Amino acid sequence: MKTTVSGHPVRELYTREDLAGFDPARDLGVPGEYPFTRGVYRDMYLGRIWTMRQFAGFGTAEETNRRFRYLLGQGQTGLSVAFDYPTLFGYDSDHPCSNGEVGRCGVAIDSLADMEALFDGIRMDQVTTSMTTNSPAAMIWAMYLVTAEQQGAKWADLSGTIQNDILKEYIAQKTYIFPPRPSMRLITDIISFATKHVPRWNTVSISGYHIREAGSTAVQELAFTLRDGIEYVEHGILAGLAVDEFAPRLSFFFDIHNDFFEEIAKLRAARRIWAGTMKERFGARNPRSLLCRIHAQTAGVSLTAQQPYNNVVRVALQALAAVLGGTQSLHTNSLDETLALPTEKAVTIALRTQQIIAQESGVPQIIDPLGGSYFLETLTGEMERASLDYIDRIDRMGGMIVAIENGYPQKEIQEASYRYAKALESKDQVIVGVNEFNLEEPKPVDTLVIGECAQEQQCAKLRRLRARRNNEAVRHALTGLKRAAEGKDNLMPPIVDCVRAYATLGEMCDILRSVFGEYREPPFY
Amino acid sequence: MSERRIRVLIAKPGLDGHDRGAKVIARALRDAGMEVIYTGLRQTPEQIIAAALQEDVDVIGLSILSGAHMHLFPRILELRRQQRLEDVLVFAGGIIPDQDISKLKEMGIAEIFPPGSSLAEIVAFVKSRVRPPVSGGLNEK
Repeated sequence: MKTTVSGHPVRELYTREDLAGFDPARDLGVPGEYPFTRGVYRDMYLGRIWTMRQFAGFGTAEETNRRFRYLLGQGQTGLSVAFDYPTLFGYDSDHPCSNGEVGRCGVAIDSLADMEALFDGIRMDQVTTSMTTNSPAAMIWAMYLVTAEQQGAKWADLSGTIQNDILKEYIAQKTYIFPPRPSMRLITDIISFATKHVPRWNTVSISGYHIREAGSTAVQELAFTLRDGIEYVEHGILAGLAVDEFAPRLSFFFDIHNDFFEEIAKLRAARRIWAGTMKERFGARNPRSLLCRIHAQTAGVSLTAQQPYNNVVRVALQALAAVLGGTQSLHTNSLDETLALPTEKAVTIALRTQQIIAQESGVPQIIDPLGGSYFLETLTGEMERASLDYIDRIDRMGGMIVAIENGYPQKEIQEASYRYAKALESKDQVIVGVNEFNLEEPKPVDTLVIGECAQEQQCAKLRRLRARRNNEAVRHALTGLKRAAEGKDNLMPPIVDCVRAYATLGEMCDILRSVFGEYREPPFY
Repeated sequence: MSERRIRVLIAKPGLDGHDRGAKVIARALRDAGMEVIYTGLRQTPEQIIAAALQEDVDVIGLSILSGAHMHLFPRILELRRQQRLEDVLVFAGGIIPDQDISKLKEMGIAEIFPPGSSLAEIVAFVKSRVRPPVSGGLNEK
């Protein structure tokens, strides 16, 4: 039997009979209307093309600032910040655990001073910025807000996204600091602060990307991501917010893997399930609460180190699937990203891939051109039902936090990942250049080399900062943060105070570690 | 008398949380009849060598995708020497640029498996390089 990349069975031909139970009015609707299967906006790309948003960050804030300005100069329309591991874990660059990691996988941000350098010369009220930060999202976002304020921007005019999706960290990406429950408090504090002070900010980017990259199937990615979304909505409501106050600012982030139609169906099913869930389960009334707005990224895991130029073709197909699936913004991977962070040359090809789809292919001129396809509608329905089964199972376990504590999604992903590895081994799944069509003599490409100097520069900056700032004010602000963490007040105002005083990220996270504790995952395989 | 099974420690040094490869390799080695211990994430070189000592392993497999391998691997090899564990085979996988692979092999990493390496190849490598000592009596498992 033939299957999709995820092992979902497919047949050779689909006909009208396959759509026997399918009601176009109920299941499809029109673009921009419930259940939004065909897209969240009526005019889709005719109104505005998707945002071309390349994830970037390496070395120091000054180096990344140069890459940002280059990308904006090349026609990129939004920014997306990659932070290094010490920043993601709330360690300063001079912490022992940061040794060898500073600036390697993203930009190092230790304090407000680095955020100022990161956005030097970039008008923060003129660009939307996505920041991939989870456990320390509140602190990084506070640095962004204060930097924008220094530029003269009003918080109410700022727009962008913080990933701030801790549940998928426990499930897949594993950059957690605190245990789940205090982490959920940080998230609801951010949501309620944004609702009052930064109303155009997307507070959580509920992410399937990392779940898929960790080896899940497309259905698992869909189901676990949407169930995470349900968990955030439930916690927002428990924190005393009305669903329509904050749900419009939740957005989603999906992976776009190799299987062309499966990925398109996944995005369509995501919109239909989310709209139904918000309407029926949470009684949302605001139409914007029902929208599953999507950022998509082509699948990093699908890139091959062997014959890396083939990756340009993979990325183009995946990007086309994302566009046909109706994404709102897109990152296309660079051909060398399985080897290192991308060179400027490689990232330019990745951006041009999007521009070619947008300007040359003709695809964006038609709204949901695949709507009504026998195969695509059947697959969308099957993936929807399979996801709802998973969601139901997690509901019966008592929700996603309990499921995570039981290791349930982690084990499901692990099984799927092993099945996929075996399929590669047996060549049931062919990867060109890896298990078929190999070359005897590999032809390497030039890759970006990140020097050792980022760590030295960051450590020197920290020494100067600690000597120059008002350390009494820092201590006072950190004490305020500790008091708030021990009590029930919203944590954002004391975090903003700490940031203004130039407290470092590590100092703030250490305070929270001392109150909340740290999460450790039991090792299993 | 029966052959002692090959004992492998699969370890994740560095801060990255990419454990997909480590877990797949752990499973593949187990399915090939080895005893596999997985350390979990973010292990320091000290923790890894302590675990290798405590678990009496024949092999250490290191998986890292954070880019900090040139800092962490030499330290792991140095601690292996200090603990007189030179007989323990160390191999690695992950995102490791070509220019680092030759340096790391010179330092004493037996083999580095880049992305796309086959499971069979890794299993065969471990089996070929570790001759399981024959044990009997008290130590028999």
